[in-house]
Amino acid sequence: MAFRMTGSPISPAALVGGLGDPRAGALAVFEGRVRDLNDGRAVQELEYEAYVPLAEKEGERILEEARSRFEILRAECVHRTGRLGLGDVAVLVAVAAVHRGAAFDACRYIIDETKARLPIWKKEHYEGGASEWISCAKRDGPPPGR
Amino acid sequence: MKKRLHVRYFAMLREQRGLGDETVSSGASTAAELYEELRARHGFTLPADRLRVAVNDEFEPWGRAIADGDSVVFIPPVSGG
Repeated sequence: MAFRMTGSPISPAALVGGLGDPRAGALAVFEGRVRDLNDGRAVQELEYEAYVPLAEKEGERILEEARSRFEILRAECVHRTGRLGLGDVAVLVAVAAVHRGAAFDACRYIIDETKARLPIWKKEHYEGGASEWISCAKRDGPPPGR
Repeated sequence: MKKRLHVRYFAMLREQRGLGDETVSSGASTAAELYEELRARHGFTLPADRLRVAVNDEFEPWGRAIADGDSVVFIPPVSGG
């Protein structure tokens, strides 16, 4: 499966290793990781919750769009659910293409659409015990209509 | 005529409702009507225009008619990645 949600730690090496293709002169990989600061608050850990059946369908659509828009050979994306600590990989996108331009462009497209469209929610747990659901809409405008 | 609907809640809606899913008996004819009914009953803070809705695991417009047995999910602003 090219797109999937997982409750287990993501192994970039295993995923990238599956993208071998003798035609591919380029492999672009993006890792989204848990960072220690958001909006000035010290983050201790994150929790991802997902509406998995729809996230996986919409994730497959995004990869399909990337394959039709860019000259790429293969694309994979995997996104975590559950609790993650600082530095853990939350999302990984890997794209193999003949040339680097399409690999970079498709990788960027996939991560941007993933963040904007997939029914996945992030709760940040801060130093001192407070926590908050993060709403990208707060920063980036309302969710896309349909 | 009342319909039996399966509703799932995620993230802030799940916390405001205090549970992850329930079966609801409703006279609502559209997804929008169902949300307003549940919002009034449970005090959800988010207005419908901040949410999206999925019926039977597909995104749908708010005006989508709902039928007995449908599975409905209200989708708060997302923050994956």
